[in-house]
Amino acid sequence: MTTTEAPSGHPTTTNEAPLGPTMTTTAAPLAPVRAVGTGHVRVEGRDKVTGAARYAGEVPFAELAHGWLVLSTVALGRIRDIEADAVLALPGVLAVLDHRNAPPLKTDYVGLLGTVPDPTCAVFQSDRVPHRGWPVALVVAETSEQAREAAEALVVHYEQVPHDVEFTGDRHDTHPADGHMPAVTDKGDLEAELAASAVVVDATYTTPEEHHHPMEPHAATARWEGDRLEVVDSNQGSTWVVGELANLFSLDPASVRVRSEHVGGGFGSKGVRAHQVAAVMASGMVGRPVRVVLTRRQMFTLAGHRSPTVQRVRLGADADGRLRALDHRSLSRTSTVYEFVEPSAGVARVMYDADAHHTENRLVRLDVPSPTWMRAPGEAPGSFALEAALDELADKCGIDPIALRLRNEPEVGPVSGLPFAGRNLRACFEEGAHRFGWDRRDPRPGVRREGRWLLGTGTAAASFGAGAAPSTASITAEADGRFTVRIAAADIGTGARTALTLVAADALHVPPERVRVHLGDSAFGPAMIAGGSMGTRSWSWAVMAAADELRERLVPGAAIPAGGITVRSDTTAAIAALAQKERHSFGAQFAEVAVDPATGEVRVRRMLGVFAAGRIVNPLTARGQFTGGMIWGISMALHEEAARDATSGGPVGADLAGYHVATHADVPRVEAYWVEDDDPDDPVGIKGIGEIGIVGAAAAVANAVWHATGVRHRSLPIRPDRVLTGGRDA
Amino acid sequence: MREFGYRRASDVPGAVALLGSDPDARYLAGGTNLVDLMKTGVERPGRLVDVRGLPLDRVEATPAGGVRIGATVTNSDLAAHPLIRDRYPVLAQAVLAGASGQLRNMATVGGNLLQRTRCAYFADATGPCNKRAPGSGCPAVRGENRNHAILGASAQCVAVHPSDMAVALAALDGVVHYETAQRPGELPLGWFYLPVADTPHRETALPPGALITDVTLPPAPVAVRSRYRKVRERASYAFAVGSVAAALDVRDGVVREVRLAYGAVASRPWRARAAERTLTGAPADAESFAAAADAELAAARPLSDNGFKVTLMRNLTVAVLSELAEEGAR
Amino acid sequence: MALVTSSVITLHINGERYSLPVDHRTTLLDALRERLDLTGTKKGCDQGQCGACTVLVDGRRTVACLQLAIAAEGREITTVEGLADGDRLHPVQQAFLDLDGYQCGYCTPGQICSAIGVLAEHAAGWPSAASADVRPAAGPPPLTADEIRERMSGNLCRCGAYTSIVEAVARAAESGPASRTAVVPGPKEPAA
Repeated sequence: MTTTEAPSGHPTTTNEAPLGPTMTTTAAPLAPVRAVGTGHVRVEGRDKVTGAARYAGEVPFAELAHGWLVLSTVALGRIRDIEADAVLALPGVLAVLDHRNAPPLKTDYVGLLGTVPDPTCAVFQSDRVPHRGWPVALVVAETSEQAREAAEALVVHYEQVPHDVEFTGDRHDTHPADGHMPAVTDKGDLEAELAASAVVVDATYTTPEEHHHPMEPHAATARWEGDRLEVVDSNQGSTWVVGELANLFSLDPASVRVRSEHVGGGFGSKGVRAHQVAAVMASGMVGRPVRVVLTRRQMFTLAGHRSPTVQRVRLGADADGRLRALDHRSLSRTSTVYEFVEPSAGVARVMYDADAHHTENRLVRLDVPSPTWMRAPGEAPGSFALEAALDELADKCGIDPIALRLRNEPEVGPVSGLPFAGRNLRACFEEGAHRFGWDRRDPRPGVRREGRWLLGTGTAAASFGAGAAPSTASITAEADGRFTVRIAAADIGTGARTALTLVAADALHVPPERVRVHLGDSAFGPAMIAGGSMGTRSWSWAVMAAADELRERLVPGAAIPAGGITVRSDTTAAIAALAQKERHSFGAQFAEVAVDPATGEVRVRRMLGVFAAGRIVNPLTARGQFTGGMIWGISMALHEEAARDATSGGPVGADLAGYHVATHADVPRVEAYWVEDDDPDDPVGIKGIGEIGIVGAAAAVANAVWHATGVRHRSLPIRPDRVLTGGRDA
Repeated sequence: MREFGYRRASDVPGAVALLGSDPDARYLAGGTNLVDLMKTGVERPGRLVDVRGLPLDRVEATPAGGVRIGATVTNSDLAAHPLIRDRYPVLAQAVLAGASGQLRNMATVGGNLLQRTRCAYFADATGPCNKRAPGSGCPAVRGENRNHAILGASAQCVAVHPSDMAVALAALDGVVHYETAQRPGELPLGWFYLPVADTPHRETALPPGALITDVTLPPAPVAVRSRYRKVRERASYAFAVGSVAAALDVRDGVVREVRLAYGAVASRPWRARAAERTLTGAPADAESFAAAADAELAAARPLSDNGFKVTLMRNLTVAVLSELAEEGAR
Repeated sequence: MALVTSSVITLHINGERYSLPVDHRTTLLDALRERLDLTGTKKGCDQGQCGACTVLVDGRRTVACLQLAIAAEGREITTVEGLADGDRLHPVQQAFLDLDGYQCGYCTPGQICSAIGVLAEHAAGWPSAASADVRPAAGPPPLTADEIRERMSGNLCRCGAYTSIVEAVARAAESGPASRTAVVPGPKEPAA
């Protein structure tokens, strides 16, 4: 980076270094030795602010045709007939793809993440319609306008049968469901400990159906060249999607290439979906590249979502707040075609111990779209219920909410019995309380007024798993002194491309300007997806391993051959060798809110989070990951809710005017800090930070609303009507 | 979206002639509502007559002391205009409370008056809706109706009008002027929107083919002290859950004149005449303001999920009028 | 007489002229992205509900998704591609880059174009819903964080980069008039 005097006289930063990608620092010059830990602007930042960065739907293809999905307008039944001929006669229409002419797909496989495919993505395999908004056809045309009109004109006849979409806490047709953790954990005599408790909280909390809604809708372009398939896509893991497509279409994975260079957000929703599969089918059918982009409305039923939850939490404690009994039971909802559980009751397995400890995730199957992972699956809704219940317990015991939590800090994993590989929750609360000014807080609710606003503050704890999954990477020492890293990582906005540049630079002992990272291409080999807060940790591990080996291969002073020297790494064995421990990030959330009791408006005035989340690679982008998660918490607490019409079985207000996510005016000053969280035994030292920021954030807001008003809101979002009706559901 | 013809009009008679009596044609101005509805299939016009370039883009003082607002004045220009901000702050505030900066730069006064409801059932062309498809039924009556009407609705339709601007215009006795192929006409805002009754698809009293040309506001000294307050489920860029446009003139502690209109409670901006009558001549205190709101809201018929709106509107009325009274006393 | 449903139009974009036949249904957004390969302008919702497609039309920020291409004929359109002066970024772009005013980057071109519009509107003395008093006598509202937040609220950012976006807009405002003008080179010969 150099600072030059521009012609206009404005000092401006430019990138004139002969080597390396765009890399400038925000303030001080680069620290020469360690890049990790110093703020760096994103390596692709210039492309993003100038519009040069191309996302999936923007990569040009010659002879491109446009596909438009047609979704069912009934919630349950069968397709009787599709009047394709009428539509094929419309201008520009090339093909209509449905269950009568679609190629058969293989769906009995287990994918990279150990899961079977959601049949919603295995399009056009039968006449069955299991929910409203189910894909029934794809219309392909020369232009997107023609495809859209033809898709809207396509007449589909259904045989409709009564559906059931009513999600309530008192359903009897539920079952315990494992998902990515056991459905039930149980120890001690719950009823006995509750009976022996001086103080008991027994409350039910609900969270609504929530949607990811990344700003970039799902988009894919597929092209066949002979028996080779190329897909330009927007996803969270290109080798993951290759695996799914290869399985679905019974292809050799080596003949499938998926590229996903820039991804406009994912949050769990961008895996294999109906649009990629339909595009692949259609491209084969019309012999041209076909692009399919989901509309915002279609995303409500095709992109996955977070299930609503009903959660009952029972806490029993001694008068001093020590937990004797903890019972957290969560019910979530899935479709009739796919089993996905929102494991909200899993939070307590890490957070709090008790003599009797019971957690249970149950599921009911309804005629609704399939849910999926959404930013902090389980932890986000689960921490709302559990951390709100802790706040209720603190009030009942007359104990400060932070003191209550610190009094119940477990020595080992409450369920696993394993030691923690670091648990710096106490430091988070101490640092956060100091910065937030918690010690000045009057614990009494409903006593602070400023004009029309009642003011209150709240806090909550957070945790999220710090796992890692096997990945491969390659690094090439180029003849010109640069290093090229190739890894099938995905940068969905997390700053992974920049983080891996810094990690590689430090591991190679070179300045980051000499490192170029290529990602988002399945040709680079298997790698973990951007998900589960495991991406950056897993990829960094592979990059560090390759760098270490490459450094050993490079002979000081010796020239590098024209083709460069390349080494590959694979972390499978190293990850398997990792000692069994409870590995998590932790955090403390603080919120200050203002509530107008006359109108029911709630405004968050201030939010502050302190996190113990391993070594922070790039403080500049890490701050955005934490605050972005916290802003999701604000949005979850006050705004987000997808409505479903019982009669039609479909979504109501399926757009961004009906489904509110927080906008600028909802978001006040949001601060994120971090504390030391070193684990000398950890070979990477880096934890994922994409999800911890949302955990506990909604609870902190809800607890602050109670502190402001004296009224508990146990159902999210805390809408004006709910505040006006005093927490009773309107 | 079906294919359509497009013509750009350069003057008002030309626009009216281009549209003619074709029921399949629509005027296009800012497009913020119409183009969206065309994409969702709610509107499927065969022809568009673009009127955005018509010379109707001025805000002028009238000799009588009011203002004339051209139909193609953008929401932004209206809210930024010194005359509006000075004489009718409630109108500037109402416009600024609506949509976003981008949409206000596009949307026009005429189009704003004619925007369609944001009822989610209306917007979903795959389901029933009496306003969109007469006779198909109203799912909102027994469906998701938290944001629906509490006043003036019918069993056929419980949708609310989405405009913030029109609420202020209703309080300010705005008059809508239009042109047709035969003759010009005008409609006071109170008559501009039709009652829902059994014909929710018929929304305004405009004759077929009519083009809105201007909105005039009579002088309203009471509006010097006026305010628009909007409650919504997000702090900005969201439609109202309930809103109040109010103007208040208090002399010696007594209400001399009051204007009050409610938004997001009915199929049209709801001029709260009963409240105004109750309040005129009454003491300017919270008790009177509450009594006035109660007088207006006695006619409220809440649905399953929107009973809170009665409380909200009562509280908003008291809050906004109290603020205005306090400021007047200073 | 058969209805004419497509026309050849000329669009003025970033100082260049583009002649192209368009289906009347084509929005300005789709014309930019699918016809002219100007993909910097993003499609987030296609319904005017997210702001990702914000461009400047005759200097004012508008959403390109609700603007028919044919209705944009004759107007000066500036997209994110038209903001930088060669390698020199527009002050708003530079501030977004320096302060990490984005994450995934998809809403970013819209946020940047919107911010330029916000700064221009504020400089023109326009009030907002966050302004305490809209009357002209109250004078122009100060450009507080709350003013920026309200004025930028038509641009959703699902990653939640709002904090740094607001900082970036405030930082860019320090550049004065350059921050609120789209720098567009003079008209060139027709490109198509």
